[in-house]
Amino acid sequence: MNKVVDNVEKACAGIENGMTIMLGGFGLCGIPENSISQLVKRGTKELTCISNNAGVDDFGLGLLLQNRQIKKMISSYVGENDEFERQMLSGELEVDLIPQGSLAERCRAGGAGIPAFFTPAGYGTEVAEGKEVRIFNGKPHILESALTADYAIVKAWKGDTAGNLIFKGTARNFNPMMAMAGKVTIAEVEHLVPVGELDPNQIHIAGIFVQHIFQGTNYEKRIEQRTVRQKS
Amino acid sequence: MALDKNQIAQRIAQELQHGWYVNLGIGIPTLVANFIPEGIEVEFQSENGILGMGPFPFDGEEDADLINAGKQTITAMEGAAYFDSATSFAMIRGQHVQLTVLGAMEVSENGDIANWKIPGKMVKGMGGAMDLVASADNIIVAMMHANKKGESKLLSNCSLPLTGVGCVKKVVTNLAVMEIIEGGGFKLLERAPGVSVEEIRAATEGKLIIKGEIPEMVL
Repeated sequence: MNKVVDNVEKACAGIENGMTIMLGGFGLCGIPENSISQLVKRGTKELTCISNNAGVDDFGLGLLLQNRQIKKMISSYVGENDEFERQMLSGELEVDLIPQGSLAERCRAGGAGIPAFFTPAGYGTEVAEGKEVRIFNGKPHILESALTADYAIVKAWKGDTAGNLIFKGTARNFNPMMAMAGKVTIAEVEHLVPVGELDPNQIHIAGIFVQHIFQGTNYEKRIEQRTVRQKS
Repeated sequence: MALDKNQIAQRIAQELQHGWYVNLGIGIPTLVANFIPEGIEVEFQSENGILGMGPFPFDGEEDADLINAGKQTITAMEGAAYFDSATSFAMIRGQHVQLTVLGAMEVSENGDIANWKIPGKMVKGMGGAMDLVASADNIIVAMMHANKKGESKLLSNCSLPLTGVGCVKKVVTNLAVMEIIEGGGFKLLERAPGVSVEEIRAATEGKLIIKGEIPEMVL
């Protein structure tokens, strides 16, 4: 089944104002750079974005924040973005901060047809407010609900024309679960190959979860914290 | 003399046991990896999706697709594995990781920890900390004994929004090693070299339990 679209414009054509979008990535690692740029260009507004982080001031989701295109963020950690913090503290931006493991599992559950699950994470904290608590094995757990999105946008290293995806290194992070949880999933890849070229044993996410795939261009792959050691 | 950050990390490294999988938080905890005792083999997990995390890369060998949870460039050890975030937290919640070391703004005498939010001031988010502290059997907090204003970070009750309740087992600060005991209280186990029990008592707002002679740390 051919899932290829010519370019990012066509891939993102269906994204409308007010939609909920999941975006893969951890920090700036494994983020769908091309699609984010396209959303900036199109000026799509009032978005609810589900993403572990919010980019930095001038890259990643930070670009959408600068343009006030995001109405609400659902994230676990947003420490690297001054504009985010400003909009949040001033009340311009609605923010739902949730534990990282719960965020990952809520996306996974959303894609897997599990409406909710119990987790110990957040019990006794403000994250648990208003949530059902149950004791399992003598330990309190809170009820967390699944997350889905109108669109999930993921970034993979390699993908084939059928939408099968392979990720590289720690750029995998949230991308696989979000691919599963999108009603429509867009995959942008560094290397788009003909079907048959990828070893089925090595595929991380099967094409069934991907509706549109395109060859990305001009990846910057910015490094947030360049840390090195010297050769002695 | 109170310990510096590296010495706190060095003392925590003495707690490592052969064959453990370990998750190190951002800050002082990251330094623990530099002091693994000889003959001990451990594997570091970073919650963004790697087991078998290695040292920082050499200059010029950084890979944008290979970072730790602090977004720093890293390397992978031989035998490393990559995985997605859901699998990563399955390792954590499923108690497959034997030790978690993390920093804190406040710890209370019943093992509550606060490290993610200062209302109206600093809101960075909890990241993976709530999942880590809710699940890990063995949690060590690495931090300075007092905050920048000189106020004790070891309290009878945390004043900041909590990250987890009743979860911290041990605290290593620049002044002391303490265990949090059943029923509440920081039981003093060791003092930093040259630091007196009285100094530690004066720097601790929460209940400090002192039984018998308190030995000095050996680094």
